[in-house]
Amino acid sequence: MSVDTILSFEEALEKYDPVLGFEVHVELNTKTKMFSSAPNVFGDEPNSNVNEVCLGLPGVLPVVNKKAVESSILIGLALNCKIAPHSTFARKQYFYPDTPKNFQTSQYDDPICYDGWIDIELEDGTVFHVEIERAHMEEDAGKLTHMGGSTGRIQGADYSLVDYNRSGVPLVEIVTKTIEGAGSRAPELAKAYVAAIREIVKNLGVSEAKMEHGNVRCDANVSLRPYGQEKFGTRTETKNVNSLRAVENAVKFEIQRHAAVLDSGVLITQETRHWHEDTKSTTSGRPKSDADDYRYFPEPDLVPIVTTPEWVEELRSRLPEPPAERRKRLQADWGYTDLEFRDVVNAGLMSEIEETVAAGASAAAARKWWMGEIARRAKLADVDPAALGVSPAVVVEIEKLIASGAINDKLARKVLDGVLEGEGTPAEVVAKRGLAVVSDDGALQTAIDEALAAQPDVAEKIRGGKVQAVGAIVGGVMKVTRGQADAGRVRELILKTLGVEG
Amino acid sequence: MNANELIRSSASAMAAKLAAGEITSVELVQAHLDRIGAVDGGDSGVHAFLHVNTEEALAVAADVDARRAACEQLHELAGVPIAVKDLIVTRGQPTTAGSKILEGWMSPYDATVVKKLRAARMPILGKTNLDEFAMGSSTEHSAYGPTRNPWDLDRIPGGSGGGSAAAVAAFEAPLALGTDTGGSIRQPGAVTGTVGVKPTYGAVSRYGAIAMASSLDQIGPVSRTVLDSALLQEVIGGHDPQDSTSLTDASTGLAAAARLGNVKGMKIGVIKELHGEGYQGGVENRFNESLELLRGAGAEIVEVSCPNFGYALGAYYLIMPSEASSNLAKFDGVRFGMRTLPTEGPLTIERVMGATRAAGFGDEVKRRIILGTYALSAGYYDAYYGSAQKVRTLIQRDFAAAFEQVDVLISPTAPTTAFKLGEKLSDPLAMYLNDVATIPANLAGVPGLTLPGGLADEDGLPVGIQLLAPAREDARLYRVGAVLESLLEAQWGGPILDQAPPLAELVQTHAAKEANS
Repeated sequence: MSVDTILSFEEALEKYDPVLGFEVHVELNTKTKMFSSAPNVFGDEPNSNVNEVCLGLPGVLPVVNKKAVESSILIGLALNCKIAPHSTFARKQYFYPDTPKNFQTSQYDDPICYDGWIDIELEDGTVFHVEIERAHMEEDAGKLTHMGGSTGRIQGADYSLVDYNRSGVPLVEIVTKTIEGAGSRAPELAKAYVAAIREIVKNLGVSEAKMEHGNVRCDANVSLRPYGQEKFGTRTETKNVNSLRAVENAVKFEIQRHAAVLDSGVLITQETRHWHEDTKSTTSGRPKSDADDYRYFPEPDLVPIVTTPEWVEELRSRLPEPPAERRKRLQADWGYTDLEFRDVVNAGLMSEIEETVAAGASAAAARKWWMGEIARRAKLADVDPAALGVSPAVVVEIEKLIASGAINDKLARKVLDGVLEGEGTPAEVVAKRGLAVVSDDGALQTAIDEALAAQPDVAEKIRGGKVQAVGAIVGGVMKVTRGQADAGRVRELILKTLGVEG
Repeated sequence: MNANELIRSSASAMAAKLAAGEITSVELVQAHLDRIGAVDGGDSGVHAFLHVNTEEALAVAADVDARRAACEQLHELAGVPIAVKDLIVTRGQPTTAGSKILEGWMSPYDATVVKKLRAARMPILGKTNLDEFAMGSSTEHSAYGPTRNPWDLDRIPGGSGGGSAAAVAAFEAPLALGTDTGGSIRQPGAVTGTVGVKPTYGAVSRYGAIAMASSLDQIGPVSRTVLDSALLQEVIGGHDPQDSTSLTDASTGLAAAARLGNVKGMKIGVIKELHGEGYQGGVENRFNESLELLRGAGAEIVEVSCPNFGYALGAYYLIMPSEASSNLAKFDGVRFGMRTLPTEGPLTIERVMGATRAAGFGDEVKRRIILGTYALSAGYYDAYYGSAQKVRTLIQRDFAAAFEQVDVLISPTAPTTAFKLGEKLSDPLAMYLNDVATIPANLAGVPGLTLPGGLADEDGLPVGIQLLAPAREDARLYRVGAVLESLLEAQWGGPILDQAPPLAELVQTHAAKEANS
């Protein structure tokens, strides 16, 4: 596949000012579909979660999923939108085999949420104020799998399979106003914006928010204009980008590509583009004009959605703390450095640490366990740390055992092994595996005497003042006690036995 | 009572005989199946039915008889058979919408009204013929051949519900379901001498009625008496959670209103714009007689004006095709129904879709899809669809103003009696004029009832009288309709349908004529 000629990012930014716009589709995690009672489940056998309504059979009528309306309003409220007291659905008409009715039921000129904003914080603390034009409800299309071609794309395919399981899944489409002034931060802002939307909908509990499953998909609009020019350039829309990294790269690539095209004196074609992860580039899709004729008209099968102030306020009262504010509060509470906190956020362990602290651990201990031993094991097992099976209560209990001197750090790791292998609570693992620190001086003394007797030359050296040689004896004692002795205490006892000052 | 007398009774009379044990449902269903066998089929038959549901209808009837014998509490209409317009989906029977594109298609689900018929244990005799996707006023646009008017087999039975009206007029079924988007229950009712009701929009669930124009479509009863329609509307009406536009507070007490039948002190408004010029003389005469009868029964007759009704037909023929163009987009050969492959060239989805629709849709359907697509397209929306919606609002205001002055409105149901088959087939605009009096009710969502008002002087064919009431006041139609019906029966010496020529003879004569020609 040909990659268009591009300029370097720096060169592009020298001459042109990028203008952005995003349409983010969020699949809601309602039990049933937008307009029917068919189950809304990801990953099942193709065409198993369908009924006559989402298949668009003759005679069927849609009915709006109330839960989806509530989720949409929650998203709107979290994005500081106004909620329309009266909003309607419309039919967006186009022919495609993945849309069973050959129109998509969507909202057109009166969306349920409009005029909102969100502040996006970049890594260095710069804040971009992004204005939201609207957040409207619609239904997802089915999924086409093109068979027989080498690329998996429709070109060259022999036939296509249609899976309608996703047909009718509730979507909220969040549309920004044009974003100016991002400059060289545009790719970073793109990534941060989509990350923020994903975090918000996940935090609201209205979507699984998994980009790899297509729960959150971004169409990124990019245009360039020479500095000083007021009029926007012609835009392209890169469709269905489904990872944060890809959003960043796609915006960057389009800026570079636009710049090269404009430099060569050619006009940008208004079109959709497809992102290719393999080549980290976009290719031309279909031409798209502002006057694409979808022949919208009001959906006659659905009565308008009427929201009362009481309902909206009740929903507002359900809003969780906004993710950005929560982060600020937690960092302050925990006293982490910026670097420590960013690592925790990037590792996706904020909630786990929060719960662990709430269960009684210190913030430092919670971070040490989650970012250290638990994260390490999760990586080995190739699962999310949260999915490993260590509960906040386990971390708290292990910490208590260490603090009481019952175990040391090294033993604590073995305790964790035991817990993960299903041997019970940390205390039970300690008991079952006999992991408690040997703190009985009598037992230690016996072991020390044996170790000294076994290495008389070392003992002599120590007596002669070579105190650093004590390590060899400590090692022997630890070996005998299988690591369950307190090394400091062993050292003290050895020196005392030999009558040497430490 | 012999079978011929039995099938000529009203549904309520049949129900009474069933309840009293004088007849069985199996006898009743068999009598109708025999009648269908005698007059419906062949090249010269009425051709009201596209599918006759013999086995299932008899099984349901036998089940009702067994339950009645076991003294089980049954619905009043249990065991009374019914025919269903083939636009309404039924499990276990084909549903074609009168179109080739759905030939052989079996719906995997029942329409809500069909579920209600089944719950009431009414045997379904079969599916009745219609203009393809309910587009037409003569049932000549059925892909399976026209239905003939039982009064004169060379004439149209009205449309699109000509099959349902003809089945009831031909005594092939005592009751039928129709759908009415611009008059498709009432206009066939008028030209066949039957009673038909378009309920208030939303009073009967549309779930399972293959949509033509969603904001106008309404399922309703077809019968031979006003009381029978009221009884049937009570079976099929009520809120349906599967239809977002279904009303939660529709009018009740319909059969009671039909039994009460009183117009003393009521104000009945004659719509100035819906009679006179353009209406056949015989239609006008019967209409004026009905006014006299109502006046005699104690009603006050006043004239009201609905000045925007003149624009109703134009608005309707923009809104209806616009919605239809969208509703019919699903017929693409991908998931159900017919699939036609292009004869040459590559097999792309667009080309398969095109070939399927070219072969599967008839001319009238194509005409309306093109009209609607154009009316909704960018740059024309405001001029066409947008303006039509404004007219719609004006018509609603006309009704509101009229109902401030009167309790019900009255007009002829159709401007003429049944015309000859083929007469208007090449002139769609002339055909569209047949719905001029029925369309305003669909645009405003108000209920309308037609009942036979006698026979036209010129041709001896039935004339329909239309009553209109405010939304949710369906009961008022039944109350007034029942009075007028009894007055007219007294005047004509019995039901108007009794004046029809003997159908079996007509079929024979017609067959002989066809054979000679």
